[in-house]
Amino acid sequence: MNFEPSCISETKPTPLELGGKTFRSRLLVGTGKYADHQTMNAALEASGCEMVTVAIRRVDLSSSDNLLSHLDRERYFLLPNTAGCFNAKDAIRVCHLSRELGLGDWVKLEVLGDKKTLLPDPIGTLEACQTLVSEGFKVMVYTSDDPVLALRLQDAGATSVMPAGSPIGSGQGILNRNNLSIILEQLEVPVIIDAGVGTASDVTIAMELGAEGVLLNTGIAGARDPVAMAHAMRNALDAGWFAARAGRIQKRRYAQASSPTEGVLGE
Amino acid sequence: MNDSTAVFEVRLNGESHSVQPGTTVATLIEELAIESSAVAVERNRKIVPRSLHPSTAIEAGDELEVVTIVGGG
Repeated sequence: MNFEPSCISETKPTPLELGGKTFRSRLLVGTGKYADHQTMNAALEASGCEMVTVAIRRVDLSSSDNLLSHLDRERYFLLPNTAGCFNAKDAIRVCHLSRELGLGDWVKLEVLGDKKTLLPDPIGTLEACQTLVSEGFKVMVYTSDDPVLALRLQDAGATSVMPAGSPIGSGQGILNRNNLSIILEQLEVPVIIDAGVGTASDVTIAMELGAEGVLLNTGIAGARDPVAMAHAMRNALDAGWFAARAGRIQKRRYAQASSPTEGVLGE
Repeated sequence: MNDSTAVFEVRLNGESHSVQPGTTVATLIEELAIESSAVAVERNRKIVPRSLHPSTAIEAGDELEVVTIVGGG
């Protein structure tokens, strides 16, 4: 990826421009699987994120607890997902419910193929994306690392195409740098790497490849210390963003001395 | 024969639920002690907009889904 020169006057990445909005952070963080709401909020704060994902589920009639009462809506932009949907129809239904819940037009579309891999169903994903875009939704679409499908989703009007680094919750990091590089080179809409992040260096790699941002949940929520990991992820993202723009050195087979080769004592 | 005083059954979030005659979506939510602003309701697969909760009567055999926002990735 080639970037405009000179980001050295910055001390942090520029904001994320997405679907006509500006977000202060390029890290998007999920709200699932935290031990408690306090830990979640501390982790979200440490991550510096603005956009957080949420899910839509049947209300628990045995409990009066409610996620919304624990999330500062002034501070966080809620991005509802369609997690758990295995066909386009169900995903679209969830998006309609999301609108009714007052979450607006932004959705993270997931149409999954099967419960074991949680890999996207490419056909259902494309169908749902087309329908939702025609209904005025801003669709951030979770997809595989297939460059052809990524282009098709862009053509369908996705606000952001979000290829997986590796399967959801697997912690395997970035498995196919080659495909992701092709996607990043080919697409004009913002590409956000979504899923599979296991640790901070995975976020850095995604950003070094040229991603506009990274979306993760389990990597933070499942860490022994989620708050410390959120802090690490935030810094890792910044590191990768700067490194991508700084321009890395070429790899060489053999060493190349950093110190002068002339004037060495004893010559 | 309709008995206007008889309790009837609906499916609520996939489970059987007894409903008093005259119950509307709004009164059902109130009865369940749910914060109405935090939920969306489907009746027989169609969304009931919040503004229509008070005027939407629940009928025997209705399939109701009441959903909310939870943590997710």
